Amino acid sequence: MGHASHSTGHSSEVQPRDPAKVKQILMVTLYLGVLTAIEFVLAFTMERGILLTTIFVLMTLVKTFYIVGEFMHLKYEVKILKWAIILPVMFILWLILSQLMEANAVFISRFEIFG
Amino acid sequence: MATAVIDEKENKALWAGDAEPLKASYGKLMMWFFLLSDALSFSGLLITYGFSRFSHETYHGLIENFKASVAYWPVPEKVFTHIPFFHINAPLVFVGLMTFILILSSVTMVLAVEAGHRNDKKDVQKWMLWTILGGIAFLSCQAWEWTIFIQGTTEGMTVTDADGTIRHIFGANLIENEYGPRLFADLFFFITGFHGTHVLSGVIINILVFYNVSYGTYERIGSYEMVEKVGLYWHFVDLVWVFVFTFYYLV
Repeated sequence: MGHASHSTGHSSEVQPRDPAKVKQILMVTLYLGVLTAIEFVLAFTMERGILLTTIFVLMTLVKTFYIVGEFMHLKYEVKILKWAIILPVMFILWLILSQLMEANAVFISRFEIFG
Repeated sequence: MATAVIDEKENKALWAGDAEPLKASYGKLMMWFFLLSDALSFSGLLITYGFSRFSHETYHGLIENFKASVAYWPVPEKVFTHIPFFHINAPLVFVGLMTFILILSSVTMVLAVEAGHRNDKKDVQKWMLWTILGGIAFLSCQAWEWTIFIQGTTEGMTVTDADGTIRHIFGANLIENEYGPRLFADLFFFITGFHGTHVLSGVIINILVFYNVSYGTYERIGSYEMVEKVGLYWHFVDLVWVFVFTFYYLV
């Protein structure tokens, strides 16, 4: 799979493809595909509710770990960069959860006040 | 004791400037931090969605008996049922296809980055071209989805105004829609529109980088890191779609 490069000045040699790396990429793609397929099946078979929402959120988080960790290469970066991204995201996750709880409170209040 | 002093000196040198303390280039770091800020923007939108969704009444009947009403949030698999060219009921099939296209374009982007690491200009070109095509395909699908959503179905929905007049409405705009509460359509346009704009800008940037790759700019400077940076942006766009797809269409 390697191509010989016509070196012009300081351009580097083309290296051949590493099958292990490509396999890794394809495996991650497979995981993402399978997870999405399962999500679809659950969406059509399970009843909407807190359990299903939790399952969806967890599966989306797993997909996120794969996309950010492998595709965006964050897993292989320096620890401090990893945490510089992950820590704010954890805060965002709490923000989402807290606002969903707030929404529920608003819904209950609306019901109690307006009937 | 001597090693501690040397480590401290090294440490100071690492953080004193003109070095890469996080072992990533300035451009890559700034892209990461931009993505973090963009994640906050999208989180704001998705939180708004979650808030609106759960402060409305949920439909509690059998899904087969679902009928659109302003009183409760619609069931997405009863709203998004169309696919191009065929007049059949295909719930969420089209949006599944869109997700598949975007994830695949993300994979081709990873392959482009991997080719860049090997200085393989031809492979970078090939994979970037596939990524651009994937992005354009996704945008086309989204445009079609918007068209169908705005046009509406043949059944429509009956709406009773505050003063008692009964109207029959079709399609969707920012004021009212035939699928459910006003916010359903509002948030559909806003969130998918915001995301679609990001995909569009991503496609344009990808085209620019593809041009630079073909022109030999990165071959000349000896690094394909620009492909990597643009790849980060593209993966972020894909990630946001995964979230939007899960929360808007599935929950």
